Amino acid sequence: MAEIRNYTMNFGPQHPAAHGVLRLVLELDGEVVRRADPHIGLLHRATEKLAENKTYIQSVPYMDRLDYVSMMVNEHAYVMAIEKLLEIEVPLRAQYIRVMFDEITRILNHLLWIGAHALDVGAMTMFLYAFREREDLMDCYEAVSGARMHAAYYRPGGVYRDLPDTMPQYQSSKIHNEKQTRIRNANREGSLLDFIEDFTNRFPTYVDEYETLLTDNRIWKQRLVDIGIVSPERAMALGFTGPMLRGSGVEWDLRKKQPYEVYDQMDFDIPVGVNGDCYDRYLVRMEEFRQSNRIIKQCVDWLRKNPGPVITNNHKVAPPARVDMKQNMEEMIHHFKLFTEGFHVPPGETYAAVEHPKGEFGIYLVSNGANKPYRLKIRAPGFAHLAAMDEMSRGHMIADVVTIIGTQDIVFGEIDR
Amino acid sequence: MALFNYKIRLTAPTLSHVKFNSMSTSFQQENLAKALYSVLADKLSSLQAQNGELTIVVHADDICTVSETLRDNPVLGFDTLIDLCGIDYSTYGDTLSAKNSLRGKRFAAIYHLLSVNLNHRLRVRVLAENNDIPVIDSVTEIWPAANWFEREAFDLYGIVFSGHPDLRRILTDYGFIGNPFRKDFPLTGYVEMRYDAEQKRVIYQPVSIEPREITPHVIREEHYGDSES
Repeated sequence: MAEIRNYTMNFGPQHPAAHGVLRLVLELDGEVVRRADPHIGLLHRATEKLAENKTYIQSVPYMDRLDYVSMMVNEHAYVMAIEKLLEIEVPLRAQYIRVMFDEITRILNHLLWIGAHALDVGAMTMFLYAFREREDLMDCYEAVSGARMHAAYYRPGGVYRDLPDTMPQYQSSKIHNEKQTRIRNANREGSLLDFIEDFTNRFPTYVDEYETLLTDNRIWKQRLVDIGIVSPERAMALGFTGPMLRGSGVEWDLRKKQPYEVYDQMDFDIPVGVNGDCYDRYLVRMEEFRQSNRIIKQCVDWLRKNPGPVITNNHKVAPPARVDMKQNMEEMIHHFKLFTEGFHVPPGETYAAVEHPKGEFGIYLVSNGANKPYRLKIRAPGFAHLAAMDEMSRGHMIADVVTIIGTQDIVFGEIDR
Repeated sequence: MALFNYKIRLTAPTLSHVKFNSMSTSFQQENLAKALYSVLADKLSSLQAQNGELTIVVHADDICTVSETLRDNPVLGFDTLIDLCGIDYSTYGDTLSAKNSLRGKRFAAIYHLLSVNLNHRLRVRVLAENNDIPVIDSVTEIWPAANWFEREAFDLYGIVFSGHPDLRRILTDYGFIGNPFRKDFPLTGYVEMRYDAEQKRVIYQPVSIEPREITPHVIREEHYGDSES
């Protein structure tokens, strides 16, 4: 009889289902996975070390590039850490804007997740649907910050500027004539808030569309139900957070349990799974779509009624208005100091965490009183999740590995940093 | 919503009893601090509170026993290791190191713990005794999440976690030399990679970028710019 040996297979880093640059060394017994050894670091840019060599403000755009599908939430954790050490107050309007954009970002992230996850499992249409909605939300990003992805919109002490009164509009071209363009621009006539409100009214029907395609789909359920089961105790021991933890049935959401900004003013529910398998995590994230939509609606309502400043008037931290800078010597000095040397953060250490779409995203900041961080540690949720890859995929078939990568919502920008 | 057969449940919308406002924070923190004093007793080198966060310092020899207590004690109940990272204090500043009682030690591991059940957090600092070969006991047995975090600290700072089941480099390239996040490691690194047309392969060569600093690193002395002085 021929000798039977385990077979070692290399998965990625160029495999389309590897979600970027994951190299997975799989030890197989036939088609059954015996051991999975993820090799990460192919996208390692040493963000933490780079941040040690830049002023605090200069590192904000690096945060966008960590988890490049939920840009503003990364910035949020970073600016929160700085604000904690500086002990500065953020204007209420800025807090509402942040919460609104956090939730827009959550929808953006989950849209990419559902698109990619479904595509990996074999449902092509989802990807196209998800990107249709992503386009609208990207336009919100563009309207508010000028950039479609890497916004650099949150600043220590508030946000960079107030919400704009106009939306960017489509121009007619060879492909879209004027009549079509008018239709496409119909919901872009008003302000950004009008556009977002229009989106929140449309969005629940879109989620229904996704669910019609997937939730009761036979193939979808065959591929997801009972795959990658994690018990609640094990999920906590493995350092799971966010939908991965909630999918296992643990009721834990920083927005509820340790509210930051104005989340304690918001009315929303946390969905919790029962079985802790991929299908439950799918359902949890689908429900988060609806809950995020609810939060955005509440923020839009509040923001319409309450104009006000969006960044702190402490000009040691945030730059003064351009007009003041031109007319007032004091403000001129503040401006000059901020943009040459940057602000100084009092010595100390702090840890600020936000409920990132993927889990708990934390920034551990150590300052020695300089204008640059002494140490910046980024706690990426995906890092802990991917570490559990071996345990979750052991004993499953090789095709399930792809499902598990999908359910973990892996993005390498944050894991490799 | 009735369209779909949901198996998930929605939690109650109000969770006022666990709301983490400033008053309950200080109250909770005080209780936690008391519990830490009584449970850990002489194993606790120091306890600090800053910005509503508790930091304890534990001796390197005690980390495993302390971790086990932190996890298993019903009052503490730290079921999740959120983060573990290395730090190099070599250029931290003398006054600050003295204030944080580093006593000339260069490397430390920082553990961020979370209790999901009791909803509180704790930071644990463990200073490595030896500055040349920093060794700290591994906590992978207590929190499996530590596995990759310890590998990362080993990779970037060269802190050896004894008892770790698989202490390999994780983020840096295969065959990388050095510990890139140490303060004496240049930002540009030592080698760069390029494709060599003659040898028809990717080669390493000494780095060709001049080290530069765009914004200088400035620490102001206390009361800088005060008009009274």
